[in-house]
Amino acid sequence: MEFETVIGLEIHVELSTDSKMFCSCSAGFGGEPNTKTCPVCLGHPGSLPVPNRRAVNDTILLALALNCDITGCSIFHRKNYFYPDMPKNFQISQYDIPISSGGTLEIDMGEYTRTVGITRVHLEEDTGKSVHVGESGRIHGAEYSLEDFNRAGIPLAEIVSEPDLRTPDEARKFMQLLHSTIRYLEISDCKMEEGSLRCDANISVAVDGSMGTKVEIKNMNSFRAMHRALTYEEQRQRRTIRDGGEVVQETRHWDDARGTTSPLRSKEEAFDYRYFPEPDLVPLEPDEAWVRELREGLPELPGDRVRRFVSEYGLSREIAETLTGERALADYFEDAAGKGQDPVAVAKWIAGDLGALLNDAAVTIQSCPVGTGGLSELVELIDGGVISGKMAKDVLKEAFETGNSPRLIVEEKGLTQIADESELDTLVDEVIEENPGAADDMRDGKEQALKFLMGQVMKKTRGKANPKAASDIIRKRLT
Amino acid sequence: MDIINLDALAIAESIREGEISAVDATTAFLERIREVEAIVNAYINVSYEEAARRAEMIDAMLAEGRDPGPLAGVPIAVKDLLSTRGFTTTCGSRMLENFVPVYDATVVGRVGEAGMVMLGKANMDEFAMGSSTETSYFGPTRNPWNPDTVPGGSSGGSAAAVSAGEAPWALGSDTGGSIRQPAAMCGIVGMKPTYGLVSRYGLVAFASSLDQVGPMARNVGDCAALLGVIAGHDPMDSTSIPAEKVDYQGRLDGEVRGLKVGVVKEISSRGIDEGVLERFRAAVSKLEGLGMEVGEISLPSFEYALSAYYVIAPAEASSNLARFDGVRYGFRASAEGEDIWEMYDRTRSIGFGSEVKRRIILGTYVLSAGYYDAYYGQARKVRTLIVKEFERAFRTYDVLVSPTTPSVAFRLGEKVDDPLTMYLSDMCTIPVNLAGIPAISLPCGLSEGMPVGFQLMGPALGEATVLNVAYALESELGFDQRPPIGRS
Ligand SMILES: [Zn+2]
Repeated sequence: MEFETVIGLEIHVELSTDSKMFCSCSAGFGGEPNTKTCPVCLGHPGSLPVPNRRAVNDTILLALALNCDITGCSIFHRKNYFYPDMPKNFQISQYDIPISSGGTLEIDMGEYTRTVGITRVHLEEDTGKSVHVGESGRIHGAEYSLEDFNRAGIPLAEIVSEPDLRTPDEARKFMQLLHSTIRYLEISDCKMEEGSLRCDANISVAVDGSMGTKVEIKNMNSFRAMHRALTYEEQRQRRTIRDGGEVVQETRHWDDARGTTSPLRSKEEAFDYRYFPEPDLVPLEPDEAWVRELREGLPELPGDRVRRFVSEYGLSREIAETLTGERALADYFEDAAGKGQDPVAVAKWIAGDLGALLNDAAVTIQSCPVGTGGLSELVELIDGGVISGKMAKDVLKEAFETGNSPRLIVEEKGLTQIADESELDTLVDEVIEENPGAADDMRDGKEQALKFLMGQVMKKTRGKANPKAASDIIRKRLT
Repeated sequence: MDIINLDALAIAESIREGEISAVDATTAFLERIREVEAIVNAYINVSYEEAARRAEMIDAMLAEGRDPGPLAGVPIAVKDLLSTRGFTTTCGSRMLENFVPVYDATVVGRVGEAGMVMLGKANMDEFAMGSSTETSYFGPTRNPWNPDTVPGGSSGGSAAAVSAGEAPWALGSDTGGSIRQPAAMCGIVGMKPTYGLVSRYGLVAFASSLDQVGPMARNVGDCAALLGVIAGHDPMDSTSIPAEKVDYQGRLDGEVRGLKVGVVKEISSRGIDEGVLERFRAAVSKLEGLGMEVGEISLPSFEYALSAYYVIAPAEASSNLARFDGVRYGFRASAEGEDIWEMYDRTRSIGFGSEVKRRIILGTYVLSAGYYDAYYGQARKVRTLIVKEFERAFRTYDVLVSPTTPSVAFRLGEKVDDPLTMYLSDMCTIPVNLAGIPAISLPCGLSEGMPVGFQLMGPALGEATVLNVAYALESELGFDQRPPIGRS
């Protein structure tokens, strides 16, 4: 049997607009429960929705970034089902005529690239938040439930991918690229932990080229959880098929603590949403000039930027992907690289040590205490042989902590590497004199002796000797 | 002065001229309400104290030389599905028996800005679903012309209040005839404006694509004036038309010579009572007498209008009424030891009356997977055909006419257990809502001692012409619209 995994994703992104999708309530995160509400987002009798232009704008922007076609006249539909966190017991969403469709996102897996189809990007409203009090923690069997409608009516962009992904790795890569793309557009916080980015997956396993049964996975709250859930589910389905069983069409819940999926509801239990056109809204008709303006204003997106960093700066794909994950980080790199030092070295320091410092201190690149000038200076000090790579690590750390420039730190601490030949000559002579045995070994061509002698030179200089210059002198003397 | 027999504009003028005070006007109507409500039951809640306070405030403003609005001190009845801040809004349902809204409907705000005084909230069929005001949780309203008959519906309370002198005018809402049909049965004037002319913000939705708020009054002049107050773009309603304000009342000149009138064949013959037809035909000849050209027009899709309506309206209603679930406001059945699904079931089973439940079930069914295309999809196609037929008709005719209802007011209880017969009483009015065009009903005489309504329809935003023809016909007919109730 030959298996092929088929994965499609459905992603929800909370747009960070000032106000909600259909009313003027604040869309900001947090706040005392039910303080960011009004008759519209509480579904009071007689209230009516008025679309948020900014949300439409941001959704079009996202759709354009994913190479979608923008629909000239799209329609809102009502999705009907009862749930206590939904004030109207229907959600205003889009159905057969979404705001955009037919896009692509290309992911680079190293050995190959894959172009993933984007079925559609559409606009809808979020629901409120329920806390079910009781042993189960779910609505069934709850003693009572608490409802917070602050999130009810927040604009949500929904992205649906074609079932073009073939491995959990590809799915994770897709989500990472989508995440950075959305961040580049500055339309959402995109935090999976806070729920501003959510992902459901459809996964099936095709056997010998014939289509498998689709299973929907919910409750994957991080990239890691998604990867684990898909890997688990892929194995579960393969095992089921191999054991002669049949995969059931259903929705399954990922339990991150247990590392397993379990059935949530079967196909038979699936809701009939009774979609019909929302009569309280008129069709959405973004004029061409608006769409053109948005298209022309699109920033360079992460996928393109990776390709350019590889070709223009000679970076490896991995390091280019790390640097382009955040727009500000990529901007930082380009600014630093533009100051005349070797871009590969600059990239290495940003992605490596600086990245770790930022991470440990939980500081964003925007408020990094080491400016692009300082970073370039650091690389210049290394390249000029003033300090060693090892010393540079400490200098960077100090620069990060104090905000002082690397050059100043090097000077103040007398850290300058001893590269002066005459000074080193004297030092090497002393070491040879003090260690005649090793010197003899070196003369006999034993390379280990060089290491020992270098160690002695470093010890004498407390690591300040330029290693290359020192070893050159030792070789000159003893061979 | 016999204030309750003055029309609304005359009351406004008397207050402006200082002949009577706002308090005089309000007190007169509140007294009349006390006198006849036991029979008529036109109101669900009367705002005795609030109205008196507001009238005093208006008098105070007038005394200080401030402007309380062009219609200062004129009382008004408001159908109880228009949201009124701080004042119970029940929609005629147990579900909202004690519901007090936190905001005013746009139209309620507009009548307030014009200086009017709300007398109370008028009775109606539950959630506007009905044609007789018998489905109200708060008991039926009786027709002032004969208390054994219904006032029509769903705006039966508004119509009866105006007819019985319990208000000079009123706000109603019309989804399939809910203003025009009770106006016809109670012998008053009622207009359904073009869809989108009047804001629906704060109108508790029955069928969003069909609902429209409109004026109900004793004569065409008042009707035009009240329309002028409530019409106009509202940014809170996405379906509101950004049209310019029109002075409908100022444009009434009765000059209709040469205008073309089309008698709609499909709703002016078959299924109409002979007495109604007689009055209708007499009125049509009056139009001819006014120098209008009368012709007959066939609109074949009308045959399907009722069916399409009873798919579209319940479909939208099933979704609109989903929010009444006992979670956030309104009635909640006791929830001891139940889960939420049981709470939903019990709340909605007890909170809604049988006609509302019938339509929710119907609407849920027609939107269900596998049935959508056969019902809802088809109904929308019929709707498109009706829109096109009207458009074609208005290329030839300036206005179209028909009787408003197939019969005069029927007896209480006569049709309440026979929904299909009840639904037929809206056969003449429903096509207008499906097409979104304006139409007015005005009294054109009596049959068996009960008023007969004459319906005039116009093209979208053709209110001024419709009103002017109605105005001319009204003067020609010289109908005395006072019912016998409360008179010795
Ligand atoms: Zn709100």
